[in-house]
Amino acid sequence: MKPDDFSFFSKWLKDRTGLVLGTDKMYLVESRLTPLLRKWNMGSFDSMVASLRKGDEAVMREVSDAMMTHESFFYRDIKPFELFRNTVLPRLLAARAAKRTLRIWSAACSTGQEPYTLAMILREEAAKLAGWKVEITATDIAREIIDRARAGMYTQFEVQRGLPIQMLMKYFKQQGDKWQISADIRGMVQFREFNLLQDPRTLGTFDVVFCRNVLIYFDQTTKGGVLNRIARAMEPDGFLYLGGAETVIGICDAFAPLPGERGVYGLVGKQGASAVPFKQAAIA
Amino acid sequence: MKTCLVVDDSKVIRMVARRILEGLNFSIAEAADGQKAVEACEKQMPDAVLLDWNMPVMSGIDFLRKLRTMRGGERPVVVFCTTENDMAHITEAIGAGANEYIMKPFDSDIIQAKFSQVGLL
Repeated sequence: MKPDDFSFFSKWLKDRTGLVLGTDKMYLVESRLTPLLRKWNMGSFDSMVASLRKGDEAVMREVSDAMMTHESFFYRDIKPFELFRNTVLPRLLAARAAKRTLRIWSAACSTGQEPYTLAMILREEAAKLAGWKVEITATDIAREIIDRARAGMYTQFEVQRGLPIQMLMKYFKQQGDKWQISADIRGMVQFREFNLLQDPRTLGTFDVVFCRNVLIYFDQTTKGGVLNRIARAMEPDGFLYLGGAETVIGICDAFAPLPGERGVYGLVGKQGASAVPFKQAAIA
Repeated sequence: MKTCLVVDDSKVIRMVARRILEGLNFSIAEAADGQKAVEACEKQMPDAVLLDWNMPVMSGIDFLRKLRTMRGGERPVVVFCTTENDMAHITEAIGAGANEYIMKPFDSDIIQAKFSQVGLL
């Protein structure tokens, strides 16, 4: 890709998706987009960039989808999900006892492992949730990835990265050389196409937001914008999960880390389910 | 340092598993079939067993059943690692007392993930 095309491309991609590319990422762009060149019988990146400059939506969509990183696995890092099951969920069950509704958002859900992990955890806790309306909304910017997530079909490799064997036995069926998560679990998750640069209030208001391992791809300004928009789409005493290498500190004043656990945040100055430090609550 | 007995009739698989598990700070012993694994456990019960299914002399599932009746044999965490990758075999293995199940081919990420899940890391 020529330097001026790369400059155009990186600005276009950031404006559309928030993804930041340094000039050292030229190899990444070429390796991700070469399959599309072949698919469209384009001889060079010049033609592709020309289509982007013209605003060809079909090309823009496939190119931006191809540039996204879709690495995900079940029970990723395990601890956030243990915390969700053992601490966050009981607190929300107490705080929402009158309303008996729970809304969870898995933002940038990739191929669905995160929302399905949450759905399996909630299914395991079904006795406590009898009579509750529980919604898991899972979003991703890439349409093809959302379709894959919705199908809930995984390779042998994918079901072995983090998924306990008991969960595989309980919630998956073997389909040839793939494994499909049960219709029951699939039915607990609503998948939607959504760009984190948009206003998430169109999705409603959430008690828990998982936005893990996404902000790492954005610059500081974009991170702040995403976090501020998420804050406006959360219940005042809701919980935000970020990835292990991500933080709100120095980026967004709306959230503060919840003492006692890494990676979980509450809205600043709010009272309720997220107001008591986790370790203090555990001792009490 | 935790100990892991790698049981597989393939020398190559034992070597690959040894390399991965030594990288995870395990001390490794090896056995080429279920009978040799029983003898190894009689001498010293390991903390973990990485276990193939199809082997000469004694299969992995027969070894597992024998292990769980041995003195101290309830203690090792047993992770199957086999090309038997269907639900019937998985169910049989878990029913016989296996703690986790790896479907070959495997890599270091899968070994690490599975050993973490069962509290070995």
